[in-house]
Amino acid sequence: MLFTQNKPTEEVLESLGKEKDIFLLACNGCAEVCETGGEKALSAMKDELEKAGKNVTGTALVDFLCNKLLVATRLARETDKIKQSDSILVLTCGIGVQAVAKVVDKVVHPADNTVSLGGLQGLWPADERCEACGDCALDYTGGICPITFCAKHLLNGPCGGAQDGKCEVDSEKDCGWQLIYERLEKVGRLENLKKIYKPRDHSKMLPSEDLRKTSFYDLEK
Amino acid sequence: MKLSELFKQGKFVITCEAGPPKGIEITGLIDELESLRSKVDAFNVTDLQSSVLRVGSMATCRLLREKDFEPIMQLTCRDRNRLGLQSDVLSAAVLGIENLLCLTGDHPKLGDHPDAMPVFDLDSVQLLSAVKGLMDGKDMAGNDLEGRPPEFCLGAAVNPGADPLEPQIMKMEKKIDAGAEFFQTQAVYEVDKFAVFCQKIKHLKAPVMAGLVLLKSPAMAKFMNANVAGIHIPDEIIDELAAVPKEKRVEKSLQISTRLIKQLKGLCQGVHIMSLGWERHVPTLLALAGL
Repeated sequence: MLFTQNKPTEEVLESLGKEKDIFLLACNGCAEVCETGGEKALSAMKDELEKAGKNVTGTALVDFLCNKLLVATRLARETDKIKQSDSILVLTCGIGVQAVAKVVDKVVHPADNTVSLGGLQGLWPADERCEACGDCALDYTGGICPITFCAKHLLNGPCGGAQDGKCEVDSEKDCGWQLIYERLEKVGRLENLKKIYKPRDHSKMLPSEDLRKTSFYDLEK
Repeated sequence: MKLSELFKQGKFVITCEAGPPKGIEITGLIDELESLRSKVDAFNVTDLQSSVLRVGSMATCRLLREKDFEPIMQLTCRDRNRLGLQSDVLSAAVLGIENLLCLTGDHPKLGDHPDAMPVFDLDSVQLLSAVKGLMDGKDMAGNDLEGRPPEFCLGAAVNPGADPLEPQIMKMEKKIDAGAEFFQTQAVYEVDKFAVFCQKIKHLKAPVMAGLVLLKSPAMAKFMNANVAGIHIPDEIIDELAAVPKEKRVEKSLQISTRLIKQLKGLCQGVHIMSLGWERHVPTLLALAGL
């Protein structure tokens, strides 16, 4: 199971910026258990967005957002609503956000931070990976994780070492930053890359004492 | 002296790479540089280049200063976290080093300690910001430094041969915002491509120094094409080098580099020569190129 926490509302609203029409998507798996996804969190987020003057174009709840087939099939029913939305706000772990970004050509914003891989998540379907950095950057990178896709965990763009789109460390592996660039170009958000991304807060990687009390650590005792 | 002063004077700046040895016998390196005295403006001292263990950049820079050479200390994010990096920046200032080249650094997997922990706590943009912060008297945590803050001329790297080029240029813009005052590039062999790059960065005011690696043999050129990211040596250049007998190779290589320097001179504000053990041939090259 993946353990997630809500991003602060101000941070979520800041990432949505001037976008008005938002489609809300929540995971009903691990995130539901953490109360960062599921019906309750979805409706609370809807209220928050409406209070902030946003228009929620639609909502959907999917059992495991990390399962791309499930996500694609479920979202097919919402095509029109998603098309008229500026972006999708996703209440789930880092893997779920990346899975959504892979199946929908829309800007995605994470609503949660992934803080711990307390065992296995619902499903581990493909090449999306989450390192539980506790400070999700998928919003800025178009739903492709720079921590797990880039060998150097770079946050401010490619190192210049890639050759023919492949990583300098492993010629079998795609350069994560090239994928991020192509994705941002596709969804019209290249301006994201102009922002200087601040150094990571590594203390967020360690679950706090409070968290350890409330997650799987309890079960292990 | 800060490199920025030379650019301000409108000088075509020449720098040369100085790679510290793997072992403590360093007099050989200093002696090699003697032949370049007053011909080269400054020496880039590499920071465990290609992730291979060697003598450190800071100590070598200090020795160069003691011999009245102007060093540029390369600083990579590969081996130190933000505490180590900031401390080394302060230490460099204490030792009288005035030029820093802030780099991401090669991944340890490419070097002779592939099992080492890759640090990359900061990236090159964040490192530049951190040094700028120290120059403003604050560390990354926002604490005040005691007394006079350090002063540096900050440089950075860019790869004009990257494909796609746009992400490199966007990152270059961020590096300038973060405090970079000049750029050194990956080795350039395709002047047309470099001209396109220069056109695309016309809006940026930072001076650019084109990189130049002296080709020792056709095999070396082929190896670089296959293994060094962002470098492409056209077949015509490799053929040109292969067409002469071995004993004429140095002469031919210097001819090729001379031609490149002459073509690049109108496009950029300096050259950075990576001579890789051929330091003794650099004075001839500079004379041929009229520098």
